Amino acid sequence: MELTKTMTVSSSQTGPAVFLTGLTKSYGHGKPVLKGIDLEIRRSEFFTLLGPSGSGKTTTLRLIGGFELPDAGEVFLNGKKVTPLPPYRRDVNTMFQDYALFPHMSLQDNVAYGMKIRGVSAAERHERAQQALAMVHLEAVGDRRPAQLSGGQRQRVALARALVNEPSLILLDEPLGALDLKLRREMQVELKRIQKQTGITFVYVTHDQEEALSMSDRIAVFSEGVIEQVGTPQALYEHPASAFVARFIGSSNIFPDGDGDILLRPEDVRLEAEGYVPAAEEQVFPGFIQEVSYLGPVTRCVVGGPETEHTLTVVVPSRGVRGIGEGMAVSAVWSSSSVYPLPR
Amino acid sequence: MNGSMRNLALWGAASAVLAFLLLPLLIVLVFAFDASSVQIWPIHSFSLKWFAATWADEEVRGALLVSLEVAGLATLLASVLGTLAAVGMNGLSSRAVQVGAFFLTLPIALPGVLTGIAMNSFFTALEIPFTMVTLVIAHTTFCTVIIYSNVMARLRRLPPSLTEAAQDMGATPLRSFTSITLPLLGGAIVSGMLLAFALSFDEVIVSTFTAGSETTLPLWIFGAIRLGQHMPEVNVVVFVVVAVTLLPIILGQKLAASVSRER
Repeated sequence: MELTKTMTVSSSQTGPAVFLTGLTKSYGHGKPVLKGIDLEIRRSEFFTLLGPSGSGKTTTLRLIGGFELPDAGEVFLNGKKVTPLPPYRRDVNTMFQDYALFPHMSLQDNVAYGMKIRGVSAAERHERAQQALAMVHLEAVGDRRPAQLSGGQRQRVALARALVNEPSLILLDEPLGALDLKLRREMQVELKRIQKQTGITFVYVTHDQEEALSMSDRIAVFSEGVIEQVGTPQALYEHPASAFVARFIGSSNIFPDGDGDILLRPEDVRLEAEGYVPAAEEQVFPGFIQEVSYLGPVTRCVVGGPETEHTLTVVVPSRGVRGIGEGMAVSAVWSSSSVYPLPR
Repeated sequence: MNGSMRNLALWGAASAVLAFLLLPLLIVLVFAFDASSVQIWPIHSFSLKWFAATWADEEVRGALLVSLEVAGLATLLASVLGTLAAVGMNGLSSRAVQVGAFFLTLPIALPGVLTGIAMNSFFTALEIPFTMVTLVIAHTTFCTVIIYSNVMARLRRLPPSLTEAAQDMGATPLRSFTSITLPLLGGAIVSGMLLAFALSFDEVIVSTFTAGSETTLPLWIFGAIRLGQHMPEVNVVVFVVVAVTLLPIILGQKLAASVSRER
């Protein structure tokens, strides 16, 4: 609350890129979509809103962009309160999930649209639009219409259109969702490169945890209208704040232990022969191989115990487990230090 | 062998249906070129003389002018009203749109006689004399429906993210409407206008009740046939009405097809 007060009086050059406090939102008489979102996104961060569909991440993005108004709470951009302002009064540009390119305009005109609205001269518009198109390697086809482009190209135009206005903040709503895997990987690298190069704050919405881990400076994990945890990819993976975060990010073994749960990542477990005697600081789970999935560099095995319903997922380098098969008796072994007690 | 027989039967049936639908029309069109003043089959000699005679007929020329004016004015008015109705209703709930569309389409859904009588009583009750004005108002009601449904169909297929993107880049709602929505609706509005023009140009029933002393081309035909006079000229006028009506319909369909290809 105190932070809020100091920020309203500060100039636009101070304060975090985005500051959200107490945001709630529900549609009609239905369930609330957001149940109180507090979030601070720093300048020049690549920040990801991650969560399953319906968790409120896209609604949060739309509230930042001004496409929806919150039921309660406030939105600050660069220290300025913008909660009631419409999208055209905010220094933010959005890359839409369906790209939202104007079908009756050339790529040039699409990219230059914002500048035209702001009364930039035709010569400057053309030059800056060409530069932005060059940034996404489409400078040669600026006179084409969106319908003549592939999905990947359209996506790049949408990015150029958001970049050209040099906003302090770009919102990206699952922009890679419609692309195939290979193109997706390329664009992930490209997006990250452009973000670093321009220093513009990116707020990125995705449900793909792998994408979030590889691109983000920090991530907010959403679940059912609340933020479960905010942190760097490493912090979320190694110190998840809840079983939900542990399950959503990476694969995990979660077992009840006393009052709470404990987490054991599959890659922290190794397989030894049946009857292995654990060393000090080691724990062992004797069982049988129930499933083997060869994934190339690594192999994933599911180990089931003889007297328990619990299974343990183990991921080991494929070289180490040649000749392993279903039904084989093994010992799953891990170091006690790799057991992480989940909070609460 | 079997396949080609079936093909032949299919073609035969299709031709029979088409002949049933179009033969009467074809006969009238052919008789327009009959040199004789009495229509008897087979035609003995062909001539364009009735075209000249019809064009020389002041009454026909007057009626043609009235028809063009009414269709033109009604189409223009309807293009504004129909587009505004569609744009305004697009944001509403689907239930509200259903109710709105029901009332909006009544002038076309109801039998023309009902619409005509209703208009007639309405103008009479308000003591508005029957002139070109009442004729245009009456035609605007059903022309608006055509424009509305054409524009609405297009609007439904426009993703809402387009206007959001425009506003995202600084355009006010009005600016995003004029620079994005309206240009994208252009094709739908024009093809709707062409259809509306065609519909108005050959309308008889509603015109009968609202024209007063004005005579449109279809009304002139109707009068001529009832009196059994000017039959050769009637054929020529029908020929013109068919041409003027078909052209916009074909153009409109071509336009609608090219617009739907673009997206």
